[in-house]
Amino acid sequence: MFDIKDLYQEVIVDHNRSPRNFGKLDDANKTLEGFNPLCGDRLTLYLKTDGNKIDDIAFDGSGCAISVASASLMTDAMKGKSLDEAEGLFNEFHDLITTENEVDTEQLGKLAALAGVRDYPARVKCASLCWHTLHAVIQGDDNPVSTE
Amino acid sequence: MNKQNTATKLTNEASFDVEKVRADFPILFEQVRGKPLVYLDNAATAQKPKQVIKTLDTYYREYNSNIHRGVHTLSEKATAVYEEARNKVKEFINADSIKEIIFTRGTTESINLVAQTFGRNNLSSNDEIIITELEHHSNIVPWQILSEQTGATLKYVPINDAGELILEEYEKLLNEKTRLVTIGHISNALGTINPIETIIEKAHAVGAKVLIDGAQAVPHTRVDVNELNCDFYAFSGHKLFGPTGIGVLYGKQALLEAMPPYQGGGDMIKTVSMKKTTYNDLPHKFEAGTPHIAGVIGLGSAIDYVSEIDLHEAAEYENQLLQYANEQAAQISGLVPVGTAKNKTSIFSFTLDGIHPHDIGTILDDEGIAIRAGHHCAMPVMERFKIPATARASFAFYNTREDVDALIQGIDKCKQVFS
Ligand SMILES: Cc1ncc(COP(=O)(O)O)c(C=O)c1O
Repeated sequence: MFDIKDLYQEVIVDHNRSPRNFGKLDDANKTLEGFNPLCGDRLTLYLKTDGNKIDDIAFDGSGCAISVASASLMTDAMKGKSLDEAEGLFNEFHDLITTENEVDTEQLGKLAALAGVRDYPARVKCASLCWHTLHAVIQGDDNPVSTE
Repeated sequence: MNKQNTATKLTNEASFDVEKVRADFPILFEQVRGKPLVYLDNAATAQKPKQVIKTLDTYYREYNSNIHRGVHTLSEKATAVYEEARNKVKEFINADSIKEIIFTRGTTESINLVAQTFGRNNLSSNDEIIITELEHHSNIVPWQILSEQTGATLKYVPINDAGELILEEYEKLLNEKTRLVTIGHISNALGTINPIETIIEKAHAVGAKVLIDGAQAVPHTRVDVNELNCDFYAFSGHKLFGPTGIGVLYGKQALLEAMPPYQGGGDMIKTVSMKKTTYNDLPHKFEAGTPHIAGVIGLGSAIDYVSEIDLHEAAEYENQLLQYANEQAAQISGLVPVGTAKNKTSIFSFTLDGIHPHDIGTILDDEGIAIRAGHHCAMPVMERFKIPATARASFAFYNTREDVDALIQGIDKCKQVFS
């Protein structure tokens, strides 16, 4: 039987309690906000890029454990990645939380801890808010992202 | 009206037979995620008794047809039952006439109807509308739209830390420019029962009309529009154990007569020519098009159902559940109740230190417990308390002390998961 602890794994509880890369990035050259109007989650993503490479990334905002942990894990995973790698990871992560497809757990690393979300469709938006925001930043979108 | 002051009274619980009413609600015996359902989201929508379900089934099986237009037997029957339901609503809220009972899609449409007919006809840039910080978005946004259309100014009555309206501030806002006061009878986010009798009286003293959003009130208190002397009263069928998609607007006849129609179409006309249309009499003037016939008939059945129940006794029973929940919750460290009005209904809104309401909602769902987590369509209330959201358990008369126990255990589970 499915256990709620499969959703709220230790990694998630930990990243919710002490989110990594949390706070404003003063020398960011790209900033974008994301909202989930249904539940009021909001975050701001800060990126410092050098050409095609993510030099530094951070976020702030407020939301549930799933959305905070997801943003914390995502920002950890993105440091030093190229924008193309980031987009690749976005697709992999999206598959992880919305499908039963085989995913590349090696590539996902700690992000795989969010796999439990797929059993809670109502929470997919919480986990993907930061990712949609990152995707929009990479696409050069200036408008705040909304999950609705 | 002392029948509303049930919040703090304690009487013998045995006077309300909860097992008897539970047997009427088939859904309460369903399982969710392998656990028996504990339904504590009644403020969002109430469950339906088998009597209402059967009425809907019978309508569709035996006499489904359009109303007010056929000469055939089925249409006559459907029309008769539809209009009978209108009469039931009239009796239920003690209106003077069936002409004062307009069927709408729900509270939201009832309020929009008043804004776009009464409001547009009567308000201009010198006028003021008073609403409150406690309102549901459906009693805020229609007035913001009207304010944009007419230039009328919106003023908000503030609330105190318990979630009660500050009446002195209300009195300061009232003046000869006030055209309309529009206010919830009971707050959906906090459960506060507002002193609407006083509010109505004071509004009338400056010549303003009053709309009451009764969405949360009709399932918990007897509403008597005559005694209240409100000008409009809006509510939804689905919170009253009836179907979704059907609601009521009560309006004083003279006001409704003077208002222009809301929507044009079939049923709301007497004659139509290429040049001119004459509108139908009340209440049909405001019911354009084929209405939600099954919904109206189902609402009639829901009213029959609650009329068999002593709502006063039921409300006392619900308040005992609330009190029990409060006592149990007081043992839980980090739990902060939001909305502690002296006079309130059985809505238990709270936050837990370090745990977001959505996570509470998911963990409780895993235990088969349905609550609401979020801003409850009352973002100004959340802003007032400087929180993004709350978890809200809302009780109906079919809930039990065991449901409260399950809730409290579920909250413990939340703390375990996050420990
Ligand atoms: C106080 C209050 N007003 C208005 C509404 C809107 O009702 P409906 O969505 O049925 O139109 C609700 C329902 O959530 C409510 O609780």
